[in-house]
Amino acid sequence: MTEPGIFSLLWVLIALPLAGAAILLFGGRRTDRWGPYLGVLTVCTSAVIGVLMLLGLMALPAEERSITQTVYSWIAVGSLQVDFALQLDQLSMVFVLLITIVGALIHIYSLGYMAHDPDRRKFFGYLNLFVAAMLLLVLANNYLLLYVGWEGVGLASYLLIGFWQYKPSAAAAAKKAFIINRVGDVGLSLAIMLIFVTFGSVTFGEVFGQVGEASEGTLTAIGLLLLLAAAGKSAQFPLQAWLLDAMEGPTPVSALIHAATMVTAGVYLIVRSHVIFDAAVWAATAVVVVGLITIFMGAIIGSAKDDIKKSLAGSTMSQIGYMVFAAGLGPIGYIFAIFHLLTHGVFKAGLFLGAGSVMHGMNDDVNMRRYGTLKGLMVITFVTFMAGYLAIIGIPPFAGFWSKDEIIHAAFERNALIGVATILAAGITGFYMTRMIAMTFFGKARWEEGVHPHESPKVMTIPLIILAIGSTLLGMALLFWGNIESWLEPVTGFASEPTPFPTWVYIVVTLIVVIIGAIIGWVMYARRPVPIEAPRGSWLTRAARKDLYGDAVNDALVVRPSFALSKALTIFDARGVDGFVNGLAGSVGAISGRLRRTQTGFARSYALSMVGGALLVALALVLVQS
Amino acid sequence: MNPANYVVLAAILFSLGAIGVLVRRNAIIVFMSVELMLNAANLAFVAFARMNGNLDGQVVAFFVMVVAAAEVVVGLAIIVTIFRTRKSASVDEPNLLKY
Repeated sequence: MTEPGIFSLLWVLIALPLAGAAILLFGGRRTDRWGPYLGVLTVCTSAVIGVLMLLGLMALPAEERSITQTVYSWIAVGSLQVDFALQLDQLSMVFVLLITIVGALIHIYSLGYMAHDPDRRKFFGYLNLFVAAMLLLVLANNYLLLYVGWEGVGLASYLLIGFWQYKPSAAAAAKKAFIINRVGDVGLSLAIMLIFVTFGSVTFGEVFGQVGEASEGTLTAIGLLLLLAAAGKSAQFPLQAWLLDAMEGPTPVSALIHAATMVTAGVYLIVRSHVIFDAAVWAATAVVVVGLITIFMGAIIGSAKDDIKKSLAGSTMSQIGYMVFAAGLGPIGYIFAIFHLLTHGVFKAGLFLGAGSVMHGMNDDVNMRRYGTLKGLMVITFVTFMAGYLAIIGIPPFAGFWSKDEIIHAAFERNALIGVATILAAGITGFYMTRMIAMTFFGKARWEEGVHPHESPKVMTIPLIILAIGSTLLGMALLFWGNIESWLEPVTGFASEPTPFPTWVYIVVTLIVVIIGAIIGWVMYARRPVPIEAPRGSWLTRAARKDLYGDAVNDALVVRPSFALSKALTIFDARGVDGFVNGLAGSVGAISGRLRRTQTGFARSYALSMVGGALLVALALVLVQS
Repeated sequence: MNPANYVVLAAILFSLGAIGVLVRRNAIIVFMSVELMLNAANLAFVAFARMNGNLDGQVVAFFVMVVAAAEVVVGLAIIVTIFRTRKSASVDEPNLLKY
């Protein structure tokens, strides 16, 4: 149906932050004074519109909750007809709320966090650009428009990771993120081409309507290409290496882009294309495998890093692994992937902002071995961080418990083995998060000289408090009051399969494993003193500190062969191509140099050669004629 | 008399002219040798015209004479100018136009 009432403002949702970005980035220094407030205002307005749209959608009957708004005809070439059209349905709606509300909170927090940065106008411009691109990504009603948003968030991510580009490490991290993302983007563009060739359209509705007509091989190919795209954007194995370095960006960026929203775009892509994955079993299995590998990789890396943000980044990888994993399970998992995405978006944003608040009080030190016993000095940060902590390890009634428990249960519905693996990973989550809070808030003070920890200003703590409330209540609110299962079911479908034991058994087992993990973490890092210099550690710790050799593998498999190839091509170009051309020119030059000597300047020698030539011609004529 | 003899005479005269051009240094002599070659060609033209019984060769001989006269005018003027500047009419000495 078309756009009644509030839904006619769908385009405004994107246009507001986009206009904010344009004004801030093109306005130059004139906007320095009021620019950041404008940036906050645009996103907050979008959030208000988003909430109004949620109310509007809830007022509609379930089968009418999909609104399409065609802004204009974008591409019309032969059989390729693409509209700039936005689609708001239950799935986009929850994303819009996550992006705008968490985005607005992080914008407000940034007012405090970036207060002393000379370039903060630019920072808010980029953040606005990101929000606009992300909204376009989730509101697009066709793959091509989604691709525009996809590239837009990649650009914003690049700009924001490299925001402090005077630091070589930040500039390198930005480039790394951009290049690895490009691999995934190639996957997405190939998938879109294949979709257009197969179905003759790129609009979601038309593509999904015709899936039954395509061969399974084609669908598997599309599914695997979409998975590649999702792996790049969501930092899943094997394209996970960029996320840890992306922590070079300012902390609000890590919270918004690299925890709550952009990195979940891959999950959105898979769930949005679920019709394709439903029909391509092998592609869906590949999604499960990739998700499962990443759950463990992220958890192990998170357990070993001493940098609080990198530890959280490992945790993000792991949690997104859970979402991708759930999305690969099929209709039993789609809803819980999105459910976990929402709760994770809130509590992980809270954790990152909490980490930012700690860093703010510790002179921007990120080394947890230099923290300790901050609980009394940063009470609000501590309490809000604890809410996030309890949410992520999955202690009832905090948000993460409900969503993660559903994923574990769905895993058992499919296969007991992968179910056990997810429980184990939940235990590791308990370990590394306990390690983090033990090293940061408990134990003894190990601060650097001259560090005076202090609580952050209100503009930073209020978003923390709101996110902590979300971390506490969102799971229950979505599950019981919001009824997320029946809300998303029209878009994603829902199925449930019997499991050998009643549900409470899984819950209890998971809780026991998580608590064991947490106790191990507590004993190792709170009861025993934490050395300031990191001990050598086991081989696994050493490997995890090096991101499980992700960079080394990329280096050996891609970077060095590329260098070798380019070197070989350079040599071939210099010796082969240039050698041939220059050699030809050189020999022509040399021969001409010799021939030039025949021009002696003696008129009689010219006459002699003329006579000789004439004689030769005459002789030839005579010989030919006779 | 057999017209072929004229052709032989023309060949002999032409060869003499060519040798003159090649071996003599004095520009005037070289020039005269060139005239000899031209006239040898004229003789050949006329002889062939006679042998073949048409007038084309005779006409061409007149053309050649006219062209030769014009050439003498220009050529002698050049030789005189060179002689004035270099005090010599040798064809070997003006050899600046070379590699």
